[in-house]
Parts: sequence; structure tokens; C-alpha cells
Amino acid sequence: MSELFRLPANDLPVRHPDTTAIWEILETVCDPEIPVLNVVEMGIVRGVEKNTDSLTVFITPTYSGCPAMDVIADEIKAALKRNGFENGVVKHQLSPAWTTDWLTPAAHEKLNVYGIAPPAHTTAEKNVLLGKNKMVKCPRCRSEHTVMVSNFGSTACKALWKCEDCKEPFDYFKCI
Amino acid sequence: MSVNSQQALFEYALRLGDNALILGHRLSEWTANGPILEEDIALTNIALDLVGQSRMLLSYAGEIEGKGRTEDDLAYYRQSAEFRNALLTETDNGDFAQTIARQLFYSVFADQLLQGLQKSTDATFAGYAAKAIKENAYHLRHAAEWTLRLGDGTDESKRRMQEGVDKLWMFTGDLFATTEADMQLVSAGIVPDVSTFREAWLKRVSDVLTEATLTVPESNWFQSGSRNGIHTEALSYLLGEMQSLARAYPGANW
Repeated sequence: MSELFRLPANDLPVRHPDTTAIWEILETVCDPEIPVLNVVEMGIVRGVEKNTDSLTVFITPTYSGCPAMDVIADEIKAALKRNGFENGVVKHQLSPAWTTDWLTPAAHEKLNVYGIAPPAHTTAEKNVLLGKNKMVKCPRCRSEHTVMVSNFGSTACKALWKCEDCKEPFDYFKCI
Repeated sequence: MSVNSQQALFEYALRLGDNALILGHRLSEWTANGPILEEDIALTNIALDLVGQSRMLLSYAGEIEGKGRTEDDLAYYRQSAEFRNALLTETDNGDFAQTIARQLFYSVFADQLLQGLQKSTDATFAGYAAKAIKENAYHLRHAAEWTLRLGDGTDESKRRMQEGVDKLWMFTGDLFATTEADMQLVSAGIVPDVSTFREAWLKRVSDVLTEATLTVPESNWFQSGSRNGIHTEALSYLLGEMQSLARAYPGANW
């Protein structure tokens, strides 16, 4: 999956060859709020440190108050344990701050299929926080005739939109 | 780190953490009380961001202090005089317009503060600021949009928005208060000097209020005190509710 990452090189988590097996285990842990995405393709896992007698996984929160973080940490520890790593430790890391730019193209498509419109642009584009939204496609009928209802939605990372054609409301993964 | 600079850093981490905690708790009081469902969700999402921020800041404050106090110890077992949050953050929600006025005043200030803090020589402050500034941008946009909509709305919405602005104006000066200890941190490049923010803050807030056809208050009298632990009565009631469970059942877990 790593080859699909399109984030700036300096923000890429470094994967030491010795930790490949660990990353593969982590790819089986899903985000509890968005179960079609795993925590690696979400960009939540920032690094793995493996020594002879210790194993540490570094994770970063999407939003400061994301209530899923504790569950994610528990599930990572449980997955490691199931695979024979009894003493896995999960640590929080704040920098660099998580951004939707880290979502892989594959993750974008999975979101669409799941019914969540993926971020329409990268945060490098200045308009993102200035109220000038790009066109967001309805994940159900793919209409471009959509409007934002509220910048705050069912979870911290989503905004609420609706489609003017199929009339369905939908979640939009907002750029941050 | 000398004892003095450690104490200064501790106090500053408390200031940041308490601002986020107290404003976050106030906003959480809108849960199931919002004027419309979308705003109920919006205000409580903002509350969630802030409470999340306060957790990392108060944990850090506990680390700096080095006496083993956790984020929960600091949130639940301090008295009002030990809190360092700005007076504005503890003010009652009032009606929706008053809450929006508070959000506008605070999030413009927070944007300035976080921009400066991103360049902090303290890695935790810088990391916090880089994260929080992105969240605050959404809070600021939300407050500015509602100020425009209410101010330039009906007679009733305009009256309420103006009343909210007027009522909270006296608490805005306290945002820019600094202590001698802060100035040590400023010279060490750890925090920005918030006392220099005032003019730019006034300009940004005035621009929004003017566009919303509201009047910028002229009063020059501002309540101060939060940096010395002197708070308004409102904080005691807030803490009474926020801390009641932890104080009734110390160490409760679920």
C-alpha cells in the first residue's frame, strides 16, 4: 500500500524493513467510525519502533478530540497480541499534524463506495479554509449539484452535505 | 530548566489548557439545546475539539510540574482560584447569539495565539499549535458566518447579536493580559507576546461586526484578573457541575 501514498516525502512514515510484518498487522485494524478504512491508509499510524524486547506503534489523532483514538489504540494492541506480539505499546504523536492529504487514492475510492464523499482538494490549496468549497460529488448518484448544510457533521472529521438531484444527505470528509 | 522558568511554563500550559477546557465545557452545555440540529452538532463538535486540546495541554502541564498530577487531577481537583482560563471563556452561554459573539472574540484571538505558538521553541507547544490552528480555522469560520447571518438578519436576530457583543465586550481585554513570568517565556521564544495582538484583533473583529451591520462597542473599560486566579462567579457554577462526579466519587472509573 505504501507506494500509493502521495504525501510529501518529509511527512511519510518511515518503514524499516524489519517492521514489514507489523505494518501488515496494522493494516488489518480499521477505523471504528469509518470501518472501510484501516488505520494505515487513514494516515493515523506514524511509525513503528521495534527492538529486541519492545515494540512501539506511534499514532496521531485526526482531530484533537477524536473519541476513536482510545479504541484505535486498544485495537492495535489487541491485533499485535493476536499475532504474537504480547508487549506492544501504543504512543501518541502530535507532529506533524494529521492532514486529509495523507488519505491514499485507494482510500478516496473506498470512502465513495461507502457513501462518504472524500476530500475534494488538498490543504495546500489556499481556498480550503476560506469558505470557498470546491465542487463535492454526491457519493450516491455522483451528481455535481450538491450544497453544504453544515461544516460540522456526525464525527469531527466530517461535514454534512446534501445532493440536490437525488435529495439524499451525505457526509463529506472535510479537508484539514 | 530553572525553578522559575519551569513554573512559568507550567502556568502557561495551564492557561492554554484551561482556556480550551472551560470554553469546551461551556459549549458542551449546548448538547441537545441547540436552536437547530445542525447547530447542536456544530457547537458540540467544537466543544470536542477544545476538550481534546485541553487533554494534551493539561497532561503536558502535569509533566512540567513533575508532581505526578494527571490531566484529570488538574481538571477535576482544582478550585476556581487555581484556574488560569481567560474570563471570556467562562461566561454563560446566554442565547445562541451571545455564544456566537464569544466564539468570534475567542477564535480570532486563538488564531493569533496559535500562529505565534507554532514557532515556539517548545516542541509540545509548537506541535499543539500546528494541530489546533487547523481546527480553530473551522471554529472561526463558523463564528464569522453566524455573526453575519444574525447581524444582517431580522430585527430580532440583529438585536440579540448586538446584545451578545455588547455584553461580552468587557471580558475581551483580559485575553491580552500577560504576567512577568510570560515575558520570560516570550524572550526565550517559547510563547508570543499576546499583549501585542490587541490592535490586529480589534481590526479583524471590527471588520466582521461592521460587515454584519453591527456596532463595535466603544467602551474602554475591561474586566481583568484571570491571570491571578480572580474569576467571575460564573466559573464557580461551571466547576460545580463539571467536577461534581469526580469529587463525589474520587477515582471513579468505568
